[in-house]
Amino acid sequence: MAEQQVKPSIDLGNLKAGGFIKERGKDLFTIRLRVPGGRMAVPRLKKIAEVAEKYGGEFVHLSVRQSIELININFKHFDAVVEELGEADQKVASCGARVRVPVACGGCEYNPNGLVDTQKSALEVDRQLFGTPTGHHKFKVAFAGCPFDCPKSATNDVGFQGALLPKLDKEACISCGLCAKSCTPGAITMGEERKPLLAIDPCIWCGDCVKVCPTGAWEAKQTGYNVRIGGKWGRNPLVGTLFATFLPQEQVVAFITRVLEWYREKAENQGRIRLGDIILKEGPEPLLERLRQSFPDSVVAETIPPQIINTQIGSGR
Amino acid sequence: MATIDLRGVSCPTNFVKAKLALEELEPGDRLELLLDDGEAVKNVPRSLKGDGHKLLALQETAEGHYLLTVEKGEE
Repeated sequence: MAEQQVKPSIDLGNLKAGGFIKERGKDLFTIRLRVPGGRMAVPRLKKIAEVAEKYGGEFVHLSVRQSIELININFKHFDAVVEELGEADQKVASCGARVRVPVACGGCEYNPNGLVDTQKSALEVDRQLFGTPTGHHKFKVAFAGCPFDCPKSATNDVGFQGALLPKLDKEACISCGLCAKSCTPGAITMGEERKPLLAIDPCIWCGDCVKVCPTGAWEAKQTGYNVRIGGKWGRNPLVGTLFATFLPQEQVVAFITRVLEWYREKAENQGRIRLGDIILKEGPEPLLERLRQSFPDSVVAETIPPQIINTQIGSGR
Repeated sequence: MATIDLRGVSCPTNFVKAKLALEELEPGDRLELLLDDGEAVKNVPRSLKGDGHKLLALQETAEGHYLLTVEKGEE
């Protein structure tokens, strides 16, 4: 076991949030770096390359959750690696039953599809909740800036998806029809006098109408996050379901905190169990009710349990 | 007003061709772009708007293509 090899000269404080992962070879570890939202400042990237070359193997690994992992690090070099990475303010990530580093798409600063600042949200969650022990199992959060959802938000314990509620100023509309043509779900049709009509049901809140509108006649009435809870992948995948709509960006940390509280309580004495499996047992109503107390304007009236994905292998749940 | 035929040209080449054509014009000049239905008509107008040009009209042609009228924006 790795613990028996660790000598007193190694700062065990560095290991408390995890991020040091035993490899196959004797004495060798992977060090998972903390890269919230996948944004990597170029000077930090240079420092990582320098440290990897000095202490690691021939390559680094780019993880699925946007981390850079240093490979083949001898445990004797833990302190040196942490210290040298620290010179560029690069920290080590988490593993185990903790809040993990949030994943995010590029956001809205340069990506034309982004509706909300997912990078800002990821940094905020990382700053305030990183490494928080759950007492039960891992806890993953992701931020997608729009309903195209490149980060696959609903496969996370809590997944945030940027959304925009459009409204039309008929006077400013020049009847060009570009909104109706751009509306992939077909929520906008050109009605009488060639003015667009929005049908609420098919709308997925992508904001394409606002983005294409030549005169600004379509504008955002509201933006925020649609929040899905209870997702996971792995052996028995679940897709999270909708618990809140248009959650204001500044309420993200508080929202996750409430979910974590409920998870800690309900999973008591149930061992290593993910949030989605707790919701399957309890039904979605108790969590909805808990969240409604703090976020009455955003929490939906009703929802469905996490959706079980049939992997067709193993007899399953 | 010149018309650029961008039918059969895929994204983002159609947008880049439109951009090059607009570079030849002065601010306030107009250009017509003939676009395919689907991705082209969804993406090209939005990208031109993002570049600061003014979208004036969109007409569907008898053959099911789209004619976009655009006015070159300030540099």
